[in-house]
Amino acid sequence: MRRVVVTGIGATTPLGGDALSSWQALLDGKSGIASLTDDWIEKYEIPVTFAGKAKVAALEVLTPQEAKRLDPSSQFALISAREAWKDAGEPEVAPERLAVDFATGIGGVWTLLDAFDTLKERGPRRVLPMTVPMLMPNGPAAAIGMDLGARAGVRTAVSACASGNESIANGFRRIQLGEADVVVAGGAEAAIHPLPIAAFAAMHALSKRNDEPARASRPYDVDRDGFVMGEGAGALVLEEYESAKARGAKIYCEIVGGAVTSDAYHITAPDPEGSGAARAVLAALEMAGATPSDVEHVNAHATSTPVGDIAEYTALKRVFGDHTDSLVVTATKSATGHLLGGAGAVEAIFTLLALKEQMSPGTINLDNQDPEIPLNVPAKPTPLSRHDAIAISNSFGFGGHNAVLAFRNV
Amino acid sequence: MALSSQDVLAGLAELVNDETGIAADAVQMEKSFTDDLDIDSISMMTIVVNAEDKFGVKIPDEKVKDLITVADAVNFITENQA
Repeated sequence: MRRVVVTGIGATTPLGGDALSSWQALLDGKSGIASLTDDWIEKYEIPVTFAGKAKVAALEVLTPQEAKRLDPSSQFALISAREAWKDAGEPEVAPERLAVDFATGIGGVWTLLDAFDTLKERGPRRVLPMTVPMLMPNGPAAAIGMDLGARAGVRTAVSACASGNESIANGFRRIQLGEADVVVAGGAEAAIHPLPIAAFAAMHALSKRNDEPARASRPYDVDRDGFVMGEGAGALVLEEYESAKARGAKIYCEIVGGAVTSDAYHITAPDPEGSGAARAVLAALEMAGATPSDVEHVNAHATSTPVGDIAEYTALKRVFGDHTDSLVVTATKSATGHLLGGAGAVEAIFTLLALKEQMSPGTINLDNQDPEIPLNVPAKPTPLSRHDAIAISNSFGFGGHNAVLAFRNV
Repeated sequence: MALSSQDVLAGLAELVNDETGIAADAVQMEKSFTDDLDIDSISMMTIVVNAEDKFGVKIPDEKVKDLITVADAVNFITENQA
């Protein structure tokens, strides 16, 4: 099997307009969550009045003409992919060997709902002719593919909040199997719109801590009451190891595993036994030729929902047993909120930077750790001690999707 | 009061610039929308609908394919203004 390394990263998140400023804000213990000032909060009496908006608006980065033809999810995707591509040194690769695997959990929800408003208020002739290509869930991947001229296939995994990780796993496999030499992989989401907020609130998935937005996303804390919506994107340039080395590319780390399983248990509730999640972790480690004791750092899915956080702990305990106490765990959604289809990609970037710099980011808002989740979750950034250890990043999604990535320093 | 051809051209150039980013002064009477200005059919439909709003004209879908050059559009709009 061919080896796969990460040679470029890009992100736009509630913490920063690029990967490194997001990482720095994370290390500094900042929160990207704030009250929303949009008029629709009051107009529709939306019960949750805060979220993690992108720190830098897409319209400040793209030209008006680019933005006009892209749903906000595709705008974020393109911004992160361009950053990652530049960071990788714009590798010279034949278009037929360059692929894209880029996800969104929900798709172009702003475009779809704006278009329906236009139809109702102004009639069918005023519905924008770009509506369909803007709302389709493969829109972000297609926008990146067009921009970079990728002709080895442009694909979109759709598995709710596991989508970003699944796309990276898919891109990793394509290079391993020799179907492509370079893949731009990641995920994006832009769903801070009244309807998705109302819908997630209707299922009691969101925190309602309206008076303290920056303290609302609190994975593993006894007072956690749901996740916080975030928006943005993350992109990785994945490259076949030998060719990356030959061109003298900057190599962040190697992807050594990318595994997907499914629970077939419940459409939204996690399997309380955590067996599907545990199988995904084990499968990723098996691809790496590693065992659980080789893992030091875990970027947990940890969305701050009461049941989800416990189910993930159960899964980790199943896999790691007594070694669980030696893991340095971080829950970065405490700072970013939950980027849904973009979460896995942004967290993959945080995981590989933690590995590269041997520094786990802290977890904010963890004032009283849930005694049922006795993981080692430092509040402040904490040095890692095993340079050759594996770091994993978990993502799980409605539908019973589990996707786990494993990274190691080269 | 009806607009002159020059006024319509200037207004149309603004709409083209807004949709595509093409400089307004590049939108000249003899230019072809597709061959010279590289405007695709989706942008063309958006420009047409915006032109209907701006100039108070109705441009039927079956007429759009006959608007080859900027002059074709300017003339149609000038002749059909409300």
